[in-house]
Amino acid sequence: MNARRTALWLFGAALLVAPAFLMSGYRLFQLTSMAVYAVAILGLDIVTGYTGQVSLGHGAFYAIGAYTGAILMTQFGWPYWATLPAGGAAAALVGYAVGFPALRLTGPYLALVTYALAVAVPQILRARALESWTGGAQGIVVTAPDPPAFLPLSQDAYLYLFTLAVAALLFLLARNMLSGRQLRAMIAVRDHALAAEAAGIDIARVKTRAFAVSAGITGVAGALGAIVVQFVAPDSFAATLSIALFVGLVVGGSASLPGALAGAAFVQFVPNLAETVNKSAPGVIYGVLLVAALYLMPSGVAGALRRTLPARLRTSTSPGKATPLPNKGATIHVD
Amino acid sequence: MTGGGTALALDGIAVRFGAVVALDGVSFTVRPGAICGLIGPNGSGKTTLFNCISGFYRPQRGTIALDGQPIIGLGRHRMAALGIGRTFQNLALFRSMTVRDNILVGAHPQGRSGLLASAFALPGPRREEAASRRRLTEVLDLLDLAGVADAPVTALPFGTAKRVEIARALIGQPRLLLLDEPACGLNHAEVAALEALLRHIRAHLSLTILLVEHHMALVMRLCEHVVALASGRCIADGTPAEVQNSPEVVRAYLGTPARDARAA
Ligand SMILES: Nc1ncnc2c1ncn2[C@@H]1O[C@H](COP(=O)(O)OP(=O)(O)OP(=O)(O)O)[C@@H](O)[C@H]1O
Ligand SMILES: [Mg+2]
Repeated sequence: MNARRTALWLFGAALLVAPAFLMSGYRLFQLTSMAVYAVAILGLDIVTGYTGQVSLGHGAFYAIGAYTGAILMTQFGWPYWATLPAGGAAAALVGYAVGFPALRLTGPYLALVTYALAVAVPQILRARALESWTGGAQGIVVTAPDPPAFLPLSQDAYLYLFTLAVAALLFLLARNMLSGRQLRAMIAVRDHALAAEAAGIDIARVKTRAFAVSAGITGVAGALGAIVVQFVAPDSFAATLSIALFVGLVVGGSASLPGALAGAAFVQFVPNLAETVNKSAPGVIYGVLLVAALYLMPSGVAGALRRTLPARLRTSTSPGKATPLPNKGATIHVD
Repeated sequence: MTGGGTALALDGIAVRFGAVVALDGVSFTVRPGAICGLIGPNGSGKTTLFNCISGFYRPQRGTIALDGQPIIGLGRHRMAALGIGRTFQNLALFRSMTVRDNILVGAHPQGRSGLLASAFALPGPRREEAASRRRLTEVLDLLDLAGVADAPVTALPFGTAKRVEIARALIGQPRLLLLDEPACGLNHAEVAALEALLRHIRAHLSLTILLVEHHMALVMRLCEHVVALASGRCIADGTPAEVQNSPEVVRAYLGTPARDARAA
């Protein structure tokens, strides 16, 4: 890594950490919440963006992560940080199970079945039979973690930095995972399933694992969200959450890690923005902004950036730089 | 029918799609290292036969053996690892990838590492990637694709795109290579280059080629063994001269579209 890149990274890191010291209260909470959305959208991106299986039900995996975390903290006395892997694992298991029937479905059918999951989960969470665990419609109140004694931080600042660290770790793991052979297999399945199979890729395996990993990451986001919001209830995980995550994915730009971040910013801030523009019809303003974003950036923020950034910064499974196409006749030199 | 001296042995392959009989008891064998031509008018069942060999269709009857091992019912994605590589009659490239990545997909079966090994950047995936990239360099050179390695496949001229498909099959180091009309849509120079490539492969790589082609001149020059299908049946099996002069083959081709009658 050369000096310029190191400087760029340090600058980026400083930019991300700075709000913990410069902002507080609701403003900082919004940024924390945006980081949680970024992780949730990152999860969705793996199955929908990279592997090409549309999910309109990732809010369900988010809810599973959030409730797993909240129950473990309040009823089993788990430390808050330990609930993240547990919430992720619970969501990943359910995601893996959903991945199998999903193999038989494509396009709009898969979208609708996952949407059904998103609709069903809040009702399941409200169910009488589960009330002793889930708290029914009342939900569960979670106490926010205090910063460790050796850190001179406010609780808000600590929550922000903790969330940021978890998000950074997950983005790093995802970046590693989405490289080389694994990345090519996912994109091959998305682009041309038959050719992928002929090339020796086990489509069922790629798809079900992508579903599990995807749900797992979104589940971690849910557990993180429970800590940040300090409250889980069925109404927080209505089907609109799944739609919001999908909107974030598309607006940010699918199959792109920076895109997940950009999408999270949209999901977090645009509804508020719409509210300030027009109090009586924020939905209309939101819709207009959404259409404008998609019209101006048809392949998302990430797609727009890709067109303006120099080629060497683009993502590819190969580090090589893109070269213009030599316009010569096709000749094969043999011997 | 199966046994030591044959790379590929087909015995009594039958495939029906509803009322359409696509293959009706096709049997023939291919010698190791041969380039075997598979000819026949449109709709005679050539592609269907390829789809059986590469596991895409499961024939209702018959057996298929690769180097003496029965392969029917093993699962499509396992064929590449068993040593069967193929190209498609209609281009089947991964549209959002570069030439390099398209070809590297063909190296997938040679790796074993999983998602977690990649996520935690363990050495396994890195070693596999290095090995794949070494083979990639060879294949790029062999198919004269090094100059366009980083181009998106959607930007390629048709003939070059077809070479990418062959490269993707070759990087998997197949024992049996199935080429479905590789010369279709190529210009004169490209057909000559394809012929040179296939001769080179026969001379330097130890693999058997089954070649579906309507370009008769190419088939006659290149293949030592030709099988002719008509209406899902095997109507001739022998040297190019024998097959070309077979009365049944002449009859099968009469009255079929002009592109099939391009006999040498
Ligand atoms: N998936 C399918 N469903 C129904 N019928 C099919 C299917 N695939 C092939 N057929 C039919 O089977 C017959 C053989 O088709 P096939 O594609 O194997 O011919 P071919 O020899 O490859 O022809 P061409 O030279 O035009 O490529 C045709 O009648 C075709 O319509
Ligand atoms: Mg065909």
